[in-house]
Amino acid sequence: MKEQLKSIVDDALSQIEQSDKLDKLNEIRVSFLGKKGQLTQVLKSMKDVAPQDRPKVGQLVNEARATLEEKLEEKKKAFEVLAMKAQIEAETIDVTLPSKKPAMGHRHPNTIALEEVERIFVGLGYEVVEGPEVEYDYYNFEALNIPDNHPAKDEQDTFYVVSPNKILLRSQTSSVQVHEMEKGKLPIRMIAPGRVFRADEVDATHSPSFHQIEGLVIDKNITFADLKGTLAEFAKELFGEDTKVKFRPHHFPFTEPSAEVDVSCFKCGGKGCRMCKGSGWIEILGCGMVHPHVLEMSGIDPNEYTGFAFGVGLERIALLKYEIDDMRLLYENDTRFLEQF
Amino acid sequence: MNTSLSWIKAYVPELECSAQEYTDAMTLTGTKVEGYEKLDADLEKIIVGKILKIDKHPDADKLVVCQVQIDEEGTSTQIVTGAKNVFEGAIVPVVLDGGRVAGGHDGSKTPGGIKIKKGKLRGVESNGMMCSIEELGSDRNMFPEAPEDGIYIFNDNPDYADVKIGQSAISVFGMDDVIFEYEITSNRVDCFGVLGIAREAAATFRKPFVPPVVEVKENDEKTSDYISVDVQDNDLCKRYVARVVKNIKLAPSPLWMQQRLRSVGIRPINNIVDITNYVMEEYSQPMHAYDLDTIEDKKIVVRRANDGEKFVTLDGQERELDSSILMICDGKKPVGIAGIMGGENSMITDNVKTMLFEAACFDGTNIRLSGKKLGMRTDAQSKFEKGLEPNTAMEAINRACQLINELGAGEVVGGCVDIYPQPWQEKRLKLVPDKYNALLGTDIDKETMITYLKAIDMGYDEATDEIVVPTWRQDLNCDADIAEEIARFYGYDKIPVSLPQGTATPGKMSYKLRIEQIIRGIVESFGFNESMNYSFESPKVYDKLLIAADDKLRDVVTISNPLGEDYSIMRTTMLNGMLTSLATNFNRRNKNVKLYEIGNIYLPKALPLTELPDERSQISLGFFGDGDFFNLKGVIEEIIEKLGIKGLLTFNPKAELPFLHPGRKAEVVLNNEVIGYLGEVHPIVAGNYDLGTKAYVATLDILKLVEKSSFDYKYKGIANYPAVTRDISMVMKKEILAGDVEAVIRKNGGKLLESYKLFDIYEGSQIAQGYKSMAYSIVFRAKDRTLEDKDINEVMDKILAGLNKLGVELRS
Repeated sequence: MKEQLKSIVDDALSQIEQSDKLDKLNEIRVSFLGKKGQLTQVLKSMKDVAPQDRPKVGQLVNEARATLEEKLEEKKKAFEVLAMKAQIEAETIDVTLPSKKPAMGHRHPNTIALEEVERIFVGLGYEVVEGPEVEYDYYNFEALNIPDNHPAKDEQDTFYVVSPNKILLRSQTSSVQVHEMEKGKLPIRMIAPGRVFRADEVDATHSPSFHQIEGLVIDKNITFADLKGTLAEFAKELFGEDTKVKFRPHHFPFTEPSAEVDVSCFKCGGKGCRMCKGSGWIEILGCGMVHPHVLEMSGIDPNEYTGFAFGVGLERIALLKYEIDDMRLLYENDTRFLEQF
Repeated sequence: MNTSLSWIKAYVPELECSAQEYTDAMTLTGTKVEGYEKLDADLEKIIVGKILKIDKHPDADKLVVCQVQIDEEGTSTQIVTGAKNVFEGAIVPVVLDGGRVAGGHDGSKTPGGIKIKKGKLRGVESNGMMCSIEELGSDRNMFPEAPEDGIYIFNDNPDYADVKIGQSAISVFGMDDVIFEYEITSNRVDCFGVLGIAREAAATFRKPFVPPVVEVKENDEKTSDYISVDVQDNDLCKRYVARVVKNIKLAPSPLWMQQRLRSVGIRPINNIVDITNYVMEEYSQPMHAYDLDTIEDKKIVVRRANDGEKFVTLDGQERELDSSILMICDGKKPVGIAGIMGGENSMITDNVKTMLFEAACFDGTNIRLSGKKLGMRTDAQSKFEKGLEPNTAMEAINRACQLINELGAGEVVGGCVDIYPQPWQEKRLKLVPDKYNALLGTDIDKETMITYLKAIDMGYDEATDEIVVPTWRQDLNCDADIAEEIARFYGYDKIPVSLPQGTATPGKMSYKLRIEQIIRGIVESFGFNESMNYSFESPKVYDKLLIAADDKLRDVVTISNPLGEDYSIMRTTMLNGMLTSLATNFNRRNKNVKLYEIGNIYLPKALPLTELPDERSQISLGFFGDGDFFNLKGVIEEIIEKLGIKGLLTFNPKAELPFLHPGRKAEVVLNNEVIGYLGEVHPIVAGNYDLGTKAYVATLDILKLVEKSSFDYKYKGIANYPAVTRDISMVMKKEILAGDVEAVIRKNGGKLLESYKLFDIYEGSQIAQGYKSMAYSIVFRAKDRTLEDKDINEVMDKILAGLNKLGVELRS
């Protein structure tokens, strides 16, 4: 009996050992452990065993069964590992093949530059507002201390819609300053981006239509030092932490004192290169303290309030920052250009 | 505005600085130097030499061999030249071996100059070059005495009688100088003269300013015996000063004056003309000289021209005048256009004996407008246009007479005639140091402030604690103006840096700008690139777009002074820009181009325009390549959904949209309100734009989207009870729209209707001609229970009844 069991087990183990796939393993299980399997047969033949030996034989059979089941399971696991390996090998891909993606659109470089500027000033507590592009003469000129017959009003520079001098295409976003001040809500911290128009023929550096960003702060005790500090922060945020600013006296009719602002060239760091024409500095904006007469005209008491204003050319920033060498590219809308941003 | 460094130094004798130091320092105090040019930048080792001997060249007919003395000790060197005007004894500029000249003798300039090295010319050694004026970087316009084609000769020229052999020819010509170009702002009229800039330079470098001391030697006669002046239009002529010079001796002006004039690009002519120009540069005060013998009735009348009056100016041109133009006349006739140009009939000729000298102050605006009207632009006019200060007129004319004395150009008659009804006075402003410091954010003490102000010739009256503003500073009127003067000389760079204190304000975008930002994000996620087009365009675009002659879109805002017809109206539709950009891309062979633009259209409220037009922000979309009408429709639906716009979005194919394909177009309708359109570009329109492919465009009115947008989300719960789906398959005439079918499903589906979806559409052999089949999957659900067949049948019956009315039959 014992020998018979051993022979069955050896036979089974040998078959398990030699089996080469999962199906075969199942067959082996059935032929040894199934209802009609060899081991089951041994168990069935228990009736022929002397009763006192039965527990012993039962134990042997169970041991044999346990051995086989353990081996079967082991072998099955091994097959599963192999199968997984095979599957993974079969499914291996060339990850350097081209990607698949929906084509996302690109934002215009002007907008990208504008959003940077907006982000900086919103962070400093400014509101982003807009004003009309077709504008009354009053807002574009008169209320900004530019009376009739001022050279800045020369028709050569400004597009008029209703002449003489009533409705025009705004030549500067400074007109929005006046609209904001007239609202009578103080303090004011605003920037106003938008299109402006000047009678310049189209070439690599000129366009009859371009964008400016106007800034205006009005509150009690605003100083020129505040203007310097604000624009220095702005320049660092926009062009990099190491950017230096230089304020040069200048003249604008609606600010006093006025200044033009240069930033240290962000390409060469101020050493002098082609971008800064060797000077190490790049002019980026005009600014100043709001002229008391301008405050007065818009109903703000200049003895109580002071303020500063600045105007930046958006295209100028975009051209400089993204090293675009021809302004016309901004309005051609060639996707080979647009998709670089 | 240009000045030479030497001219500035003439009034600031202690000034010592390099060209770059001057540029930087002046720019930082507000006199912006745009750039400078060293006249001798490309000149090196150029001396005065003397030709001792000339021999024929052994091997070249056109060359001669000169022995040239190059120093006082008598050293000589051999130079071969092809110039024809050389002679033994000629004193000439010579560039020595290793030196440089600015350009060729044909007047061409070489950046960096041309290096001159000794070498052999046709076998004969040559150790340098004798120079023409062109090789020195100038021309015969500035040096009329130079020969037309040859070496510059110093001989027989009294100006160069003292030149020494071996000395630098560069300094003899006054070319050891630097010319600065300034950007003068419109408020600083005084800085359009050399004296004004010199005053700024003196203050900038903290050196004394030494302007000319003007004293005139006059004879015993009286100017008023020679001339009377009647100014009839005082509004256009604030001041008129006349002086008389007799026994005029025309001659060349001295070298120093010629050199200063040349340095700022003015050609020397003769002493009288040169003095006029010299003083105009010095004081920024134009003057005019008349031949007094041509002035009738000993009288000058300043009056407006008559309409249609004709007048010949001294350039020989006949000009037609009108009553806005101010004229200088004598007792009978006009003799000059005020401030612009004198007349041919009164101009100074070589035979002039007695001269009437005019220094006036004309209204700048009037001169500017008159010049424009006449199409003229003279130096005098460009000075007057800035709006001159009348007190300078007297000083300038006296300075001119002083120079006439000094140059021996004539005899100055005593006194002057001065018509100056309302003399300008110095202004007084209270000195308020605290206020200046408060505005600047500085802590500058009062004494320092006064020092700065005095340096630019402002007075300080200690008794009244007032600043006295000279009349030439009309730009200084208030405390802020004075603060700027102080800040300029304190140094903008020394003003501290701070951030505004005070009430905090929330930073934010306007709501409309936020909506636009969201829209950008949506359309970019669909692959559209942002484009930008001009707001103005040609009125012809409406023809290109097939827009009817009486269409409202043709009511446009017109620019009265456009750059040309192509930029003459403000757009009322975004289409032209979009189609132009699509065509540009198509013709450059770019594939699958998708563009969008956010911008304004300008709709006049009434024409002619009496108030500002309605500016409406639009989103315009356009593409060609992969995709069709329904892709674009999807983008629109997505915009509406993402903006949280509630209500019913429908697409009306019957709308009048002439620029779109009649069978592939729709108005976008939200709750019965049109908010935009979309469709395929009409093939004729595509042709008009040279767009050789099918293209699709859409426009939505952003202001309407802004109005309807809402980001007020409310959670509604997730359905607890199962949905029931019913599919129906229908046959109908082709003309019946899916939208009509869906409208019935929506209307009759009631509360239980959850959604519906078209899953099949078919036309062809299985279906009768002119008919189509459509199959919908309709989903029902109740919030509070599981639906039973009975519920659904009831609703389905209603839907089917509705569809039946529409002419739809269920497909068996």
